[in-house]
Amino acid sequence: MNVVILGCGRTGALLSMQLSQAGHKVTVIEQTPENLRRLGKDYPVRIVLGNGLDLDILEKSGIRDCDAFFAMTRGDNTNIFAAEIVKRNFEVARIAVKVADPSRADAYRKMGFFTINAAALLAGLLGDWLTGSEYKPINSYNVLSKELNG
Amino acid sequence: MYLILVGGGNVGIQLAKRLIAKGHEVLLLEKDGRTAGKLANLIGDENVMMGDGCELYTQKHAGFNRADVVVAVTGEDEDNFVTCQLAKEVWNVQRVVARVNDPSHEPTFRAAGIDDTVSSTGIIFSLIDQQISSDEFIPVGHLHKGHVEVVETVISHRSRLAGKVLREIELPNGSFVVYLLRDGVGIPITGETEFQVGDTVVALVPTARADDLRQVMVGGVVNS
Repeated sequence: MNVVILGCGRTGALLSMQLSQAGHKVTVIEQTPENLRRLGKDYPVRIVLGNGLDLDILEKSGIRDCDAFFAMTRGDNTNIFAAEIVKRNFEVARIAVKVADPSRADAYRKMGFFTINAAALLAGLLGDWLTGSEYKPINSYNVLSKELNG
Repeated sequence: MYLILVGGGNVGIQLAKRLIAKGHEVLLLEKDGRTAGKLANLIGDENVMMGDGCELYTQKHAGFNRADVVVAVTGEDEDNFVTCQLAKEVWNVQRVVARVNDPSHEPTFRAAGIDDTVSSTGIIFSLIDQQISSDEFIPVGHLHKGHVEVVETVISHRSRLAGKVLREIELPNGSFVVYLLRDGVGIPITGETEFQVGDTVVALVPTARADDLRQVMVGGVVNS
């Protein structure tokens, strides 16, 4: 598959390596050149330098011909807005959004985005690890405490 | 009216001052603690809250659920977008206004139902653009969410209005001459109003027909 990954932080870099090793065609959008060192030397990843909220940069990344878009920067709002831009301007079949703030992640999940919240996922997995329960599908870890929900 | 402003930069503070002076209940949200402190000294503690306007927790405590208007005026389009979208979708705020810095982002805001966007880049660009294409036809503002333009021109010899009476002139569909200023005095417009060289004329025109009206009002060769 053709995929576009926005952000070459820890998550974006790891994801792009795994997907390219699995045989997918990966393009990474990143505005800070130093972050690209995370990719090492041997990964056949296409790189577009620039701001992923810029429609010209998205166009350059091949967003029109991609099967999936991953918004993986460290900025929640950047990821959400990038996903909205891609959803409303380009026809991309699948969009995944990383949102660190659990309540914001919850709000956008309700609006129909595939939203990943690392905190909720980790907390759920660690709970299962502690009790020796089987690990469950992703969605079952998206439960919020009332406190976090604002 | 309860208005919540998000972003305590220049735009936010100037807006807050004016709205408070108008007697509205205003809350300015600013996420930087030191900036929030300075703002509180300027416009009063009760009108400033420190917090991230994109966070549901902050939004709850700021009273988004009872806000009549939420205005997002930070320098970042993504922050303004999320603030306005959460205001609409989570808190049912009836009116949201967003500052948009990159004009190419405006369609995304509109598509998400954030209809009221203000782009200073777009405004300044259109001023410059109009000045370049003709310094005689000046867009003064927009009405009806951008569908109608308010334009101003000074009648020159080349204008098809010069020396004519209003009812003799064929204006593009839907456009109206609404104001005439001669030697600093406003003159009421009727079908019998005669235009003279040097008159300042203000007209309303559907945005799609602005170029046609320009041909009539400015006349001559139009380099657009």
